[in-house]
Amino acid sequence: MQSKLILSRRLRSTLIAGALILASWGGAASAADAVVKIDNFTFAPQTLTVPVGTTVTFENDDDIPHLVAEKDGKFKSKALDTGDKFAQQFTTAGTVEYYCAIHPMMTGKIVVTP
Amino acid sequence: MRENETDEQQGISRRGALECMIWAGTGVLWTLSGGVPKSLSLLGDAQAAEATGFTFLQISDSHIGFNKPANPNALGTLQEAIDKVGKLPLKPAFMIHTGDITHLSKAEEFDNAEKVIGSAGLDVHYVPGEHDYIDEGRGKAYLDRHGKDTKGAGWYSFDDHGVHFIGLVNVVDLKAGGLGRLGADQLAWLADDLKGKPTSTPIVVFAHIPLWTVYADWGWGTDDGMQAIQLLKDFGSVTVLNGHIHQIVQKVEGNMVFHTARATGFPQPAPGKAPSPGPMTVPADQLRSFLGISSVEVRTGDRQLAITDSTLA
Repeated sequence: MQSKLILSRRLRSTLIAGALILASWGGAASAADAVVKIDNFTFAPQTLTVPVGTTVTFENDDDIPHLVAEKDGKFKSKALDTGDKFAQQFTTAGTVEYYCAIHPMMTGKIVVTP
Repeated sequence: MRENETDEQQGISRRGALECMIWAGTGVLWTLSGGVPKSLSLLGDAQAAEATGFTFLQISDSHIGFNKPANPNALGTLQEAIDKVGKLPLKPAFMIHTGDITHLSKAEEFDNAEKVIGSAGLDVHYVPGEHDYIDEGRGKAYLDRHGKDTKGAGWYSFDDHGVHFIGLVNVVDLKAGGLGRLGADQLAWLADDLKGKPTSTPIVVFAHIPLWTVYADWGWGTDDGMQAIQLLKDFGSVTVLNGHIHQIVQKVEGNMVFHTARATGFPQPAPGKAPSPGPMTVPADQLRSFLGISSVEVRTGDRQLAITDSTLA
């Protein structure tokens, strides 16, 4: 009777692995879809969660130029016209706050997970 | 020959006055300082106005390089605006450009703008917009062309006809989540620049982004603009000319008159009337009624300057 209640070690680790995968699906992007789209004076998604080492591509789909800048100047794109892209790799875990240096009321966040 | 000259002068006065009355229909206000008496005095005393006052132009937001549906030919509409300047009955003493001369700070955009604006044959006093400060040199392109005799990011002052003009730069080093910004250095310079000036000196301040908050959600304001306004509050006549929002907004507070000009580049929506402040596309036959220039008249003895906005239509 005890054996019915106790999960086998293999089953337990499978379940744990499965739970972790589901958890990471929740808000994280894989390297393939680490994209922030800029349109209508908005960064979308406004908060993007990526694992450390990911390169995020910012893509300007708006009909006005924008400029992606870390809030303290740690990185800065050049002026992005419609269709232009800017790629930035995130190599440290933590939260990165950025904004548009031309229209500073536009803000966004990258949450870099270890 | 003398009689012909006099006739010609009178002809310009009448024609000019009639044109002005037509503008009053298309523009916003003929005069901000009480209306009817001032308009009548212009009809009768146009020559007196020429003798004791002067006019200057405000143009703004030419965005040379912009080519999206809202205006496929920003250089063309700038040329139309300059053509209009050439037809004004009272020749302006000079022009002020309140910024966003270019769309992307590119060399050819600055060059093309200067060529067209220069064809008016007037002195031009510029201040940059945020679109003029986005070259890889972080403003070098603007300052190389228009930074002579300016301080810091391009601020300066000059005197003309007894009026003190101050060009401020509020589009540089903008902070995340913020609005326009003057910065401590510029405010200290402004305080120093105003020191000792008689409060009867008429002051005209021009900067790209509105110095007061027109609409914060869209970045239409200056975080430390009130500090500049405070420095000016004791002066008897202060006129603040701004651009950036591509439409006319005006207010009068005590001795201070605030005015934003239309663009020559493209229209933008009224505050909150669209999801964002981007270029607004209107039917092609209406575009020119959204673009325009502003003529500012200073008349000796009148505390308030008379601002006339006219469209390209």
